[in-house]
Formats: sequence, structure tokens, C-alpha cells
Amino acid sequence: MATPLLEMKNITKEFPGVKALNDVSFQVTEGEIHCLVGENGAGKSTLMKVLSGVYPYGDYTGDILLSGVAQKFSHIKDSEQAGIAIIYQELALIPEMTVYENIFLGHEIKNGTIVDWNETVQRAGQMLKTVKLDTNPATLIKDLGVGKRQLVEIAKALSRDVKILILDEPTAALNEDDSTNLLNLLLDLKKQGVTCILISHKLKEVIQVADTITVLRDGQTICTLDASRGQVTEYMLIKYMVGREIDNIYPTRQRQPSTQITLEVKNWSAYDPNLGRMVLKDINLNVKRGEIIGLAGLMGSGRTELALSMFGNPVGYQITGEIQLKGAKKQFNRPRDAIRAGMAYVTEDRKGDGLILIQDVKQNITLANLAEISIRGVVDNNAEVKVANDYKESLNIKTPSVEQKVSNLSGGNQQKVCLGKWLFVKPDILILDEPTRGIDVGAKYEIYTIMTRLVQQGMSIIMISSELPEILGMSDRIYIVSSGKISGELPIEEATQEKIMHLATN
Amino acid sequence: MSFFQNAQKVLKQNIREYGMYIALFVIMAIFTATTDGVFISPRNISNLINQTGYIAVLAVGMTLVIVIRHIDLSVGFLAGFLGAVAAIALVFWKLPVYIVIPLVLFLGALAGLVIAFPIAQLKIPSFVASLAGWLIYRGALLLVTAGTGTIIIPDDTFNALGNGYIPDFPDIGFLPDVHKLTLVLGLLAAIFFIVGELNSRKKKQAYNFEVLPMDMFVLKLILTSGLIGAITWVLAGYNGLSWTAVIVLIVVAVYHFITTQMVFGRHIYAIGGNPEAAELSGIDVKKMIYVVFGSMGMLSALSGILFASRLQSATTTAGTLFEMDAIAAAYVGGVSAAGGVGKVTGSIIGALVMMSLTSGMNLMGIDISAQYIVRGAVLVAAVIFDVATRNRGK
Ligand SMILES: Nc1ncnc2c1ncn2[C@@H]1O[C@H](COP(=O)(O)OP(=O)(O)OP(=O)(O)O)[C@@H](O)[C@H]1O
Ligand SMILES: [Mg+2]
Repeated sequence: MATPLLEMKNITKEFPGVKALNDVSFQVTEGEIHCLVGENGAGKSTLMKVLSGVYPYGDYTGDILLSGVAQKFSHIKDSEQAGIAIIYQELALIPEMTVYENIFLGHEIKNGTIVDWNETVQRAGQMLKTVKLDTNPATLIKDLGVGKRQLVEIAKALSRDVKILILDEPTAALNEDDSTNLLNLLLDLKKQGVTCILISHKLKEVIQVADTITVLRDGQTICTLDASRGQVTEYMLIKYMVGREIDNIYPTRQRQPSTQITLEVKNWSAYDPNLGRMVLKDINLNVKRGEIIGLAGLMGSGRTELALSMFGNPVGYQITGEIQLKGAKKQFNRPRDAIRAGMAYVTEDRKGDGLILIQDVKQNITLANLAEISIRGVVDNNAEVKVANDYKESLNIKTPSVEQKVSNLSGGNQQKVCLGKWLFVKPDILILDEPTRGIDVGAKYEIYTIMTRLVQQGMSIIMISSELPEILGMSDRIYIVSSGKISGELPIEEATQEKIMHLATN
Repeated sequence: MSFFQNAQKVLKQNIREYGMYIALFVIMAIFTATTDGVFISPRNISNLINQTGYIAVLAVGMTLVIVIRHIDLSVGFLAGFLGAVAAIALVFWKLPVYIVIPLVLFLGALAGLVIAFPIAQLKIPSFVASLAGWLIYRGALLLVTAGTGTIIIPDDTFNALGNGYIPDFPDIGFLPDVHKLTLVLGLLAAIFFIVGELNSRKKKQAYNFEVLPMDMFVLKLILTSGLIGAITWVLAGYNGLSWTAVIVLIVVAVYHFITTQMVFGRHIYAIGGNPEAAELSGIDVKKMIYVVFGSMGMLSALSGILFASRLQSATTTAGTLFEMDAIAAAYVGGVSAAGGVGKVTGSIIGALVMMSLTSGMNLMGIDISAQYIVRGAVLVAAVIFDVATRNRGK
């Protein structure tokens, strides 16, 4: 057999209290798409960070060989020089800069000491063509949607001479169209000889594009599968990932139609003074006791804006319309009011406005309901640890202790901390914005089970999701949001993917 | 594990916290050596504490301000101005001390709220808003002292705050040259500390939480109570505990409790860590800005009172550069400029470090120009140390 392009041998990486990687071996052949799957906290991102020099040589044990030559990266720059490009779970573009500036950031095209902007723009244009992005290179990043930003990231990676392109959950934040687009691009790039390592929790797409799949579990390599001949099934992967069999993706649930309306919004419109336009137009919707409603729609259709505007309007929209809780008219001036009235909102962007990354797990979990663990304003630290441990257990948060800083948790486990924080508020109405983004199959099932339990206890849930199967699998009723308006409402019995997409795009 | 391995591990884990104490100790040791022990003499230590007082209370307030990602440049001249107001109230309006002090503290809180208004309501950067405050209060100080120049304060009670010492038991021939009440207080403090530590350890063990290994725990108790004992002994050998020290201790105790044990403190650190997430978690960020700046204003007033009392007069330049000393003390004490991190007790140590440098170099007769340079270097070194250890802890 020929020498593999990349070989990682017996890699072990420890953090205080956690063995993130335990003797992992991993091989990538030239020109293939190699997918890396595993549960949250299995060590996927860590393995890629070792490979790309984020954790320098000496911080881990084991060997990295590129085409048979041992590498000792002490910095990301070194791995870049060796032809490894990594696109992180969190995008790393600078929003206030143009596309072409971003693409060549860090390796500007220079004429002597001066940046050659003409050449830069022209080369950027070529790069955009390779990634099939039809955008003016002078556009600012902040004006692009997530899907396009992702493509710019790839263009940026390709603008260096890459041999191995690593993508860490690139499709987590993308809708189906953008995802398909990106995956097709990867297949194209493969034809051009680019080797690619892809991390994803979306097993369908993994099976669709992968030549080889490596499964990690608890920091160990479980197996490497040849997926090029189509024998690998989702079911198999799940079994390897979780270590046991999972039959259903969605828990079965006794639907219990109730007539008692918990939350109702009438003629609800919002104007965003920063954008200078209406973001919500004449929205009417309601949620009943024990009901899950799904808010479907495209990215940027106004679902998050709707959630924010109902949840105390922290952004400062100018709102007209009426909100009623259990039949009583309400006015929320800030999130605090909404929380007191029994609402909770798990935001979509956990790092941006969900978590306090520099604080530990317990402080994050209790933050929104400190009143419950304090007496006359004094926090009972022991009660806090107990509460946090309860949620750690019931949500199965993988962390050595609740005193671990949240920034040290894997992406999926951070999401669970967010969820725990809002469950501790014990709300009547729970708004979930993309609740399973970046979460592994097993954990998804856990979250769905928790949702089911909560509605059976009488909670009402509003679930915003871009994953249609999830919307169809969990909702009792679906509202479709399009350009800030409700473009349709479907009871679950009548809903299909096609109908939803049709309403979402018109 | 052996004693030394334990010690090494504990030190490594807490290097950032203990680093400051070690630095203070080293600085004190160096000055003691270079001044033939004059630095550590009871008289000098007592003086050092009184000099640190008016910066220390500012540093306490500044800690909270920096933690919520803001800054307040106006505190120095606000202190100067309110010191002058206190002098005027005592001397010209002939108000009694027990009215003047609450009045001035109240004015301080009010001034803090005024600075907070554009910051909270209009989202003006605090650097700009408080810079405006700096100019305005400086003008106000010059204005109120324009007619009179320096105002001498004849009130003994007021002046005792910056110069006086707590009374002692009547002399019964036992330990004649020692301040006995100070000793008793020191002893009480040590007992209080030990009992508190034992209690919290027991509670933690009951919940099965991790605690220090036993030998390290005993070492910590011995070192800390030894330190309390040593300071008490040194002070008792002179005039005893000063009123300034008492005031600073109370302020620190109250703020330490609020920031570490209360919901209020949690909210402050949450805002510093991520203001958007804090707001969405139901924290009223605006209100907290008012409270933090209001408290800063009140502490500025206290600082102004302590300073005027210490000089027994209000001068036209009182408060100059206090804000810089307070900010430097906070940074040296481990408060992070990025927000969300920093302890009140750290800032007090920071203030002591900076004041020890000044005091020690003064004793050595080092030129003022060199003093500034040394203090600047120490500030940078402290922050570099802080950042380096923080990254490693990650
Ligand atoms: N800087 C760190 N400090 C301490 N522990 C860490 C750190 N980074 C990661 N870990 C731990 O290492 C383990 C592996 O994390 P990693 O981010 O590689 O998981 P992952 O497989 O990418 O998960 P996800 O699918 O949730 O992104 C986790 O248990 C995590 O808590
Ligand atoms: Mg990851």
C-alpha cells in the first residue's frame, strides 16, 4: 500500500482532568474525503487542533506524518506552510472587511512592501469562481449570509496552496440548499485533487460524500470504514458512535391537544432602527399548553427576530401589536420581565449571547435564576453546585466537574449547558432557537426526550429550526416564516417537506 | 503525595492569586534590606497604610467598574472636589462632622449617577463620559477653592479620620508600650478567619467537594494567621490601628462579601463576561451600570474625605492623578482589562504594592523621575505576569 498522505499515530492529548485523545491513530489517503464522526466531546475538534498546530508539538504525545515525513508543528503557521488548512467550528472572518481582504488576510499579495490591491481583487475573483460563489469581491463579510461566508472561508483556505482541507462542522449553521451547495463543492474539489477531512453530526451528508469514515468515541478510534461503496448506513454509524443501538430518532409522544392558549401574539410588527427597515410584519401566532410549535423558514426570515421581540426586546426594536400570556395582556420592556412572566429563550448563538465563556459550568447554569439558590441576596454556593450537578447528570453534560470553564467544553456540551440554564428557570414557555445545532445523534435524542417530558408536564415550546426533519418530527403545529411574515400554518398531519419549503420560499 | 509536591501543585494552580502576595512580600523584603529596616518599622508601616487608604478605597470601586468593562477617569478630581466641599461645609457653613460626612458621601453617589447617565442611557463610551467628568470636576474644584486657596480644616474629629488611631484600654501596667485593643482585634481577626475556614471546609466535605490537602490547609491557616499576627504586632508597637485602616478594612470586607457571595456580585461578573448574555439572562445591565458608578462616586467621596482629613486641609490640586493610581492598583491586582475578571482583595494588594514602591523609594531617596519609571515597569510586569499565567491556566 502506498504511504498515506497523512498519518497520525498514537496521539494522546490530556487536559487537566480530561483525556481528550487516548492513543488515537488516523490515516488519510490522498484525494479522498475523510469524515470524522463521534459524539459531542469525543475528541474530533481536539484531534484536528493537534494536526493544525493549535496544540503545539510537545503538548501531546504521538507522531504526525505527512507523506511519511514526521512533522513537529509548533504553531498554526507551520501547519499552514505544510499545506494544512483548517476551517473552525466558529467562523473566523472579519465582518467589517471585504471578501477580498479576508481571503488574503495573513498572506497578502505584495509588490515589495506594498499590498497589490488590483492583483488581490483579481485573484480573489478567481478564488470565488472556484468555490462557485457569485459575489462581488468588494462586498463586506457582514453583508453575506452564513452559507456564503462559509464559501469565503473555503476560498481563503484554497488561496494558499492546500493539500489537506479540514472543515469542522461546516454545515451546522447552514440550511439544506447551502449545505448541498457546499457538499457539491467538496466533491468538485476532490476531483481537482484536494484532500478533505470533514467533521459533521449530520450523518446523511457524511454517508453521501465520504470515501472513508473514522468513528471516535471517548477519545479513542473505534473503527475506520470504507464508505465509497455505499455499504455504510446511518444506523451502523450511530451504533459505533454511541456504543449501543438507537432505534428511533424521535421519541414517540402522546399528543394531547389542549385548548388553553399560553402565549398569543397579535398583529405583531417590529421595526429595526439600526437596519432601518421592518423585520416583522403583522405576525399572529399562538401556542397552547403542552404543545410544541415549530417555526420553519429560511435563514434570515425573521424567526430569531420574532423570538427576541417577544422575549423582552433587548435589541430595541420599535414594536406594535399585542402579546398575551394565559389571556392577560403583557408588556415586556426587557428580558427580565419576560423571564419573570415565565418565558425562557435558548439563543441560537451560544457563544455570542448564550454563555459566559470565562465562567464555569455551574455559574452559567444558575445565572438566570440565582434567586432560587440565594437567601436575601446571598448565594448558597453549595446549593449551586448541587443544582449544576443535577443538570450535568440529567442532560449528560460531559465535563470533569461543574467547575470547568465553559470555554473548555466541546461545542455540543456547551449547547447542553445553555439548555440546562434555561430549564433551571422552570419556564411555562420555552423558546428554543436551533436547539440541536452541533449536537450528536445520541444527545439529540436526549434533548427530544426532554422536550417531550416537558410538554407532557404542561410546558409550551416554540422551536425554531432549520432542519425540516426535526420540525416534522417534533412539532404539533408548524408556522412558516418568510420575510418577516407568517406565510403559512400547518397542522402536523398536513405538513410535508415540500409544502414547508414552498411556503418558506414564496 | 509529599508535602513539597502538594505545595508545588497548590502554588501552580493558584499562581496568579498568590503571585501578588509573593510580589508584595518580595518588594517589602527588598526595601527592608535597602533601608536598614526603616521600611518595616512600625512608624513607616503605619504611615504606609494611611497613605494607601485614599487610593485603596478608589481601587475597590474601580475594580467593579473595570469588571463591567468600563472605566472611570473622573474619580480623582471628584475626590478632590468633594474634599473641598467637605472643608467648606465644615469651615464656612459650620456644619457638624456627622452631617458633613454623610452629605458628602451622598453627593459622591449622585455625581457617580450623573456620569453613569450618558453611559447607560445613550451608550456613550465610559472613557469619554468620565473624561468629561474629569474636566468638569477639576473646574469645579478650582472654582470652589478660587476665593480661598487652601482651606485649613480645624475640626479634630474630621482630621482624626486620616491621622488618628483607635483608642486603647486604660493602662493597667500590663504590656505598657503596646496598643492592647489592636492586639485583641488582631487576635479576634485570626480566630474569625480560622473558624470561617474550618466551617467552609467542613461544609464542602459534607458535599464531597474537592478541598485542599490537609497539610496545605494547615499551612494556609498558619501563614495567614501568622501574617495577621505580624501586622498586628507591628502596628500595636506604634500607635495601634489607625482610623483609616479601620475604614478601609470595613470597605473591603463589605465589597468582598458583596462581590463574592451575593447575587449582585454574580450579576456584575456576568455582565463583564458577556453583556449580551447577561441581559438575555434577565440582568438589568443599565441598572447595574448606575449602581456600579454610583458606588464609585461614593467611594470617591470617601477618598476625598480621607485625603482632606490626612492633609487637614483642602487644596486646589487635591485628587490629581488619583484615578491613575487606582486604575494601576486594580490592574496590578489582577483585574482584567477585558472585563469579567478581578477581585476586590486583589486590587487592595495592588494598591499596597504601588504605595510600598513609592514609600520605599522615598526612604531610599530615589529621585522622583526614577520612581515613576520603576512604577511603570512594575505595572507592566504585573500585567504581563497576569496574562501569561491566565493563558497557561487555560
Ligand atoms: N481547552 C480545553 N480544556 C479542557 N478540556 C478541553 C479543552 N478542549 C477540549 N476539552 C475536552 O476534550 C474533550 C474533547 O473535546 P472536543 O472539542 O475535541 O470534542 P468534539 O468531538 O469536537 O465535540 P463536539 O461534537 O461537541 O464539537 C471534551 O471532553 C472537552 O471537554
Ligand atoms: Mg467540536
